[in-house]
Amino acid sequence: MSAELALLGPILAAMLAAATPLLFAALGELVVEKSGVLNLGVEGMMLVGAVCGFAVAVQTGSSTAGFVAGAAAGAGMAALFGVLTLLLLANQVATGLALTLFGVGLSALIGQGFVGIPIADVPELYIPGLTDLPVIGKALFGQDALVYLALAAVPAVHWFLYATRKGLILRAVGENHAAAHALGYKVIRIRFLAVLFGGAMSGMGGAFLSLDYTPMWAEGISSGRGWIALALVVFATWKPGRVLLGAWLFGGVTIAQLHVQGLGIDIPSQLLSMLPYLATVIVLVVISRDVARIRLNAPASLGKVFHPDA
Amino acid sequence: MNRRTMGKALMGLATGAAMLALGVGAADAQEKMKVGFVYVGPISDHGYSYQHDQGRLAVEKELGDKVTTTFVENVPEGADAERVIEQLASSGHKLIFTTSFGFMNPTLKVAQRHPDVKFEHATGYKRSANVATYSARFYEARTVIGQIAGKMTKSNIIGYIGSFPIPEVISGINAFTIAMREVNPKAEVRVVWVNSWYDPGKEAEAAKALIDQGADVISLHTDSPAAIQVAQERGLWVFGQSSDMTRFGPKAHLTAIVDDWREYYVGRVKAALDGSWKSQDTWGGFKDHMLFLAPYNPALPADVVAAAEKARTDIMEGKRHSFQGPVKDQSGKVVIAEGKHATDEQILKMDWYVEGVQGKVPK
Repeated sequence: MSAELALLGPILAAMLAAATPLLFAALGELVVEKSGVLNLGVEGMMLVGAVCGFAVAVQTGSSTAGFVAGAAAGAGMAALFGVLTLLLLANQVATGLALTLFGVGLSALIGQGFVGIPIADVPELYIPGLTDLPVIGKALFGQDALVYLALAAVPAVHWFLYATRKGLILRAVGENHAAAHALGYKVIRIRFLAVLFGGAMSGMGGAFLSLDYTPMWAEGISSGRGWIALALVVFATWKPGRVLLGAWLFGGVTIAQLHVQGLGIDIPSQLLSMLPYLATVIVLVVISRDVARIRLNAPASLGKVFHPDA
Repeated sequence: MNRRTMGKALMGLATGAAMLALGVGAADAQEKMKVGFVYVGPISDHGYSYQHDQGRLAVEKELGDKVTTTFVENVPEGADAERVIEQLASSGHKLIFTTSFGFMNPTLKVAQRHPDVKFEHATGYKRSANVATYSARFYEARTVIGQIAGKMTKSNIIGYIGSFPIPEVISGINAFTIAMREVNPKAEVRVVWVNSWYDPGKEAEAAKALIDQGADVISLHTDSPAAIQVAQERGLWVFGQSSDMTRFGPKAHLTAIVDDWREYYVGRVKAALDGSWKSQDTWGGFKDHMLFLAPYNPALPADVVAAAEKARTDIMEGKRHSFQGPVKDQSGKVVIAEGKHATDEQILKMDWYVEGVQGKVPK
């Protein structure tokens, strides 16, 4: 096996891990957007989830407790967003951006006492035999539990949206809230629950970063991953399976460009880091050209304020 | 140097709020001279800004009866910095330290408006009658750790995580590589640029990528301890950056390059107090106590430690230069001739790799 081929296993394993925080956050945002709400506060929710998860893990010594706390903190931030946009009918775009700015500051404030404290890493799975398999062993059978949880969330979200009655109602609310309201569905309650779910998922993505990926708290630890998650939802044209694909693409390119540099291959690393974004833009252009495609995939009521009495 | 501009724009609001709070708190003791400090990061970063704040604390400790100090952390480079510096200058501060490269032009602008206030700008190159500059010869310490790396590697592959391909970082890579090849001509350095001063996730990914490619010693020129944790987890060696990062990986952490501004800050404040302060450029190394090495890892063999200490003292006493000729570039061409060493200007403008570094300098 040549040296380059031997690298394939570690690259695959690193790619899956790099894709995990994106997967959590993007799946959550996908459900939110499917219900017709655009929450641009993903980055802020991730940061607050990351710092709260880390703080609880430090206090309790349990990374599981930390992870749950991260999800709760993300949901708490989302609840704030929900109250402002769904009950007080504030503009969703402005509120979402404000939520990110608020999250950046709040997480820095909470995290002040937690900078520079090391915690134990989440143990990785080890199955004798399977984990030792060449190339795919470490990637498929040697990851942290959270990586598998994120992967499991993909079919779960797909099943919920497309195979359950509740999922159908959620999508109906996202397509036409007036019609759903006329049919007697509680538009605001359904959207609020979706927003909470999205917040919890973003919080988990953040907690994965601070508890597992780089087990420490640092200001701005998410480094723009929340924005990438937002782009992923559009890139995936609101389909969970494609979110997975997109997360792997983003994760894979991030890892590949580091390896390309290390091997001294003469491709500008900036070009490689640009590729996923370029792909997002191309996908946007392609789906925007085809009206039918947009109608099929993008929730028709996305970002529109719902007045219950109107 | 463009220290961590990304994301800082968002923190402008927070900085403004911090300013207000500080402006109120520092208004006591009329007869004491007020000294201000402006940091680009949080002092809790346990790295670059933390070390500057250690300098401020030393001033408080030694000259606390004559001066009061104020600091503003997390100041974004650019327009916000000018506001912060102006605020300090107009609120009675007589000596102001601006500690990041990106504060250069804002510092000069404010200095022009306040000729009676003295300014000290770190790592910049523009001076005026009331603006002095200072920096540390970080590359000197890279010579010592490069030598340690050459002796400790078994795979003969050293991973190097770079922030931005600027002369300060490239001269560090070159000084490291020259010293490494001197003790181990077979070893090579692989550089991965993360294009950020502070992105723990990316730094960890870079460390993993380098280790997967066979590197067994990691050196970094970024500010987070993420790579230290990765090295600890994988059971390999790593050097800390800016401050002692031992607690993030006690087994893996060989030593660290620590910036030390204490002596310089105390000296300059004293000079301002007794009227001998002049605008000047200071570029200090080991000899000037501007940097030192964190305690060596107990796992380092005694002879490696002894050789490292010899390299350090030789540099300190001027017996050794980090860029002692002959130095060849990657094509094998002699750039610094035998018997000579690189001039300060050559070091400050370095944009090429020495022999032994893999890959090309990104253009």
